Amino acid sequence: MDYDARPRLRHARLRRRGDAMLLLAPERGFSLGGAAPAILELVDGSRTVEQIVDALARDHAAPRETISRDVHALLEALARRGLIRIA
Amino acid sequence: MSLEGPLTLVAELTYACPLRCAYCSNPLDWQSVLASLSTEDWSRVLREAAALGVVQLHLSGGEPLLRADLEELVGEARSLDLFVNLITSGVPATRERLCALRDAGLDAIQLSVQDARGVVGARIAGVDRHRQKLAVAAWTRELDLPLTLNCVLHRDNIDQVGELIALAQELGAHRLELANAQYLGWAHVNRAALLPSAAQIAEARAVVRAAQCDLEVLFVLPDLHADRPRACMGGWAKSYLIVAPDGMVLPCHAARDLPLEFWNARAQPLAAIWASSPGFLAFRGEAWMREPCRSCDERRRDFGGCRCQAFALTGDMHATDPACALAPAHRLVTLARSSQRARALRLR
Repeated sequence: MDYDARPRLRHARLRRRGDAMLLLAPERGFSLGGAAPAILELVDGSRTVEQIVDALARDHAAPRETISRDVHALLEALARRGLIRIA
Repeated sequence: MSLEGPLTLVAELTYACPLRCAYCSNPLDWQSVLASLSTEDWSRVLREAAALGVVQLHLSGGEPLLRADLEELVGEARSLDLFVNLITSGVPATRERLCALRDAGLDAIQLSVQDARGVVGARIAGVDRHRQKLAVAAWTRELDLPLTLNCVLHRDNIDQVGELIALAQELGAHRLELANAQYLGWAHVNRAALLPSAAQIAEARAVVRAAQCDLEVLFVLPDLHADRPRACMGGWAKSYLIVAPDGMVLPCHAARDLPLEFWNARAQPLAAIWASSPGFLAFRGEAWMREPCRSCDERRRDFGGCRCQAFALTGDMHATDPACALAPAHRLVTLARSSQRARALRLR
């Protein structure tokens, strides 16, 4: 996914349930772990992939390359399921 | 991270339906269930479900579009932050109605078709509405709602799985469910005429495996051809709540036929039913299991299979699901496989 793409969720919604963060989609739900909740909270159709990585790098201790790899992997997995649209 | 308690509510808003499918999952005596929950009752059920932790709502039936208050219930569900899926035959529907439902907050539609060609509807459902269904699929996509296409497979349409995949792609569906009928209730009554042969199942599986498409395709075997039990409802009373049109609260659609005591949402709060209804407690967890399940590692994957199937085939709801090759009564399943006949169907 390009660094200047502006992804947003499509046909899916992020919501909290107790201490879990869920991604709800047609006929299924995903319980999000690891970095996924923090990444998806920034996926709003206005931020670019680069801005999402920048924001996470500011707030987290992990190396920027690791963060970038996590962001791309998650967004591409969701795009394959049709749950991400590039604005 | 804990995901205790129910995640999904299936609200069966009515048992009435313009179609009369010979494999319908509603009870055989659906016409004797006269009382229907009011709009206020359903709204309360939705609020209680959300408070219990439910996040997914399937509006089902019968045909939920027959309820004039559907838009209102969709709106209520969305205000509770539920993900709202409409499970419909597409009859009766207009583009305007779908638009109103989307504007009320509907998230997704699951539309059933009887086959890919529109040739089995009259025999299987008593009426051919294939063209109407294609129109509903097109409106769904025009309104930018995600579409799941669902086809219940049986002997007369399972040879069309390749065409069904092509149809789903052509209609812009996001997901295709090719779910064989499970032989309970109406499908059990019509089993000799509906159950596909092992060769048909193998061929359909191969076609699905070989299909190259972006579409997510879910192929569900009939338990009777599986040799391993299905993880029915992801485990009894583990994550699903079903509320029937009269308010009866069940752990699965078919459980009504079991000799168990189920409570009604009109008389008891959902939280009390989930925690204490005898019907929910009967098979929750593993304590009820007998051998060979009790010491079998598979029990954590299949949760002991389907209680309704055990009851339908053996008369004992505690019996090992006969679908399992390890079950003492598995012979009932292998016999059923070889007892297919051309028979008149009994439509619901």
